[in-house]
Amino acid sequence: MIQELPKISTSLFPKSDFPNLLTLVNGQPLAYLDSAASAQKPHVATEATSMFVEHQYANVHRGVHTLSQLATDAYERVRDQIKVVLNAADRNEIIFTKGCTESVNLVAQSFARPMLRPGDEILLTELEHHSNIVPWQLVAQSTGAKVVAARIHNSGQLDLEDFKSKLNANTKIVAFTHISNALGTILPAKELTAMAHAAGATVLIDGAQSGPHAAIDVQDIGADFYVLSIHKMYGPTGVGVLYGRLNLLEAMPPYQGGGSMIRSVSFEETTFAELPAKFEAGTPNIAGVVGLGATLDYIAGKNWNRETWVSRISEIGNYEATVREYGVSLLAEIDGLIVHGDAEEMAGIISFTVKNVHPHDLGTILDQHGVAVRAGHHCCQPLMHRLGVPATARASIAAYNDLEDMDRLAAAVQSAKELFG
Amino acid sequence: MSWDLRDLYQETILDHQKHPRGKGNLPDATHSATGFNPLCGDKVTIQLRINDGKIDEIRFDGEGCAICMSSASMMTVSLQGTPVSDAEDLFQRIQKFLTANDESAAMEDIDSLGDLAALGGVRRLPVRIKCANLPWHTFNSAVHGEQNAKTE
Repeated sequence: MIQELPKISTSLFPKSDFPNLLTLVNGQPLAYLDSAASAQKPHVATEATSMFVEHQYANVHRGVHTLSQLATDAYERVRDQIKVVLNAADRNEIIFTKGCTESVNLVAQSFARPMLRPGDEILLTELEHHSNIVPWQLVAQSTGAKVVAARIHNSGQLDLEDFKSKLNANTKIVAFTHISNALGTILPAKELTAMAHAAGATVLIDGAQSGPHAAIDVQDIGADFYVLSIHKMYGPTGVGVLYGRLNLLEAMPPYQGGGSMIRSVSFEETTFAELPAKFEAGTPNIAGVVGLGATLDYIAGKNWNRETWVSRISEIGNYEATVREYGVSLLAEIDGLIVHGDAEEMAGIISFTVKNVHPHDLGTILDQHGVAVRAGHHCCQPLMHRLGVPATARASIAAYNDLEDMDRLAAAVQSAKELFG
Repeated sequence: MSWDLRDLYQETILDHQKHPRGKGNLPDATHSATGFNPLCGDKVTIQLRINDGKIDEIRFDGEGCAICMSSASMMTVSLQGTPVSDAEDLFQRIQKFLTANDESAAMEDIDSLGDLAALGGVRRLPVRIKCANLPWHTFNSAVHGEQNAKTE
């Protein structure tokens, strides 16, 4: 099986483009396999960000002076880029937030909270991470609505029959992850959205993991809301994206009040700005958003368009799947090792446990070999409970990982096994 | 490797992990507490039967990494049959040993710790100190009548 795979001599993104990947960790070259927690940043993007901060920076949407205009242009250009990444119909459907978590909370508070009534249901799945559970629980507590979770099969595949059976006239919101961060399962977003819409529910898709690995078309999927985590897409921390259907965003009250989101303010009455400003109160993360733009240019090349973006991101997804397949084939040979998650469609995540070696000990031992993995519950305690494990070790693969990283992972796991006899 | 993993996973630790002492349930416990590390999911329950100021019986149960489970196992050996005041004194010495910033202060009482000195490897790995400390904090909570402990 290993011999049949094409031998990849270099990674799709050269490691040398990412200075942090060249760091020695515990005296070892770094095999960074924790990009699902946060991805490393390409040097060209951080350089472009500091160029912007040092030479073009000012507040956006405020001044008439030159720098303010330059900064506004740089910031708004990225909104157009994200519109292309998601294939949104309108640039005003793209809201910048401080993170994926804030995007979910915005929808929970501004869309769901005013609309939910006692007895209404919010349908999630057992694959969700805490960011796509807790905001809904908070809104359920304050409205009397109920949170329901669709089951998964042991393979990590969503149980479609269970999902369907839990959709009913009370289901007002359906929120699910596009790609599971803990197992790597890819969910059939379009099919689930169609089922939810048929039941009359509004759909939020958590794209925290899908952004850097899969082509996304919100119109084709039919998503009502779609959220992205930028730091997992090789971009800066402190930036998230909320896509919302124009008519929904227009009808929603603001999430936070402040500057930028108003048309006129008096102490008697405030009228709110049009989209997208209505949802971007206060000074946004200007440098972060500009850095995101530079990151997207790094990923897809200068002057990219929808077609080249889709082609590049699909290439990345396929590349990562190849690396994963090789990694799984190596790990499968290790006695007592179980890979959790064997759904039909899997993204570049390998979640595993080793008999008699606790994931935290594995994490420490792998770290001493320069192999960085996540060990723990992956902010998915309900899912860990469902799988019957307290935690797993997770190797997540990005476009800068290569087959050698998988060799080193397998060798380090082997040495952990030997230590614990 | 910058240091030997054997400094962390010493034979004593591995032995207690594979052959835990004092593990199980204590039906007639007078004091108990459960400790939880929300960061990593380690969970330890400590049960004590205290009679006339003395720990007559001590048991632990739970799920966690080798460091946490060994620490709990070694703790039951150290505390079984000791006066509560001595146990609390040991708790304080362990705190200093695991968490004191000053290395020489941390090492001051090492000779009095016996097998517990094997836990010292975590001093090099700040994120793992909580693993070693969870059973001890849980013990402390149990003695003081608090039912939940955590090391976060």
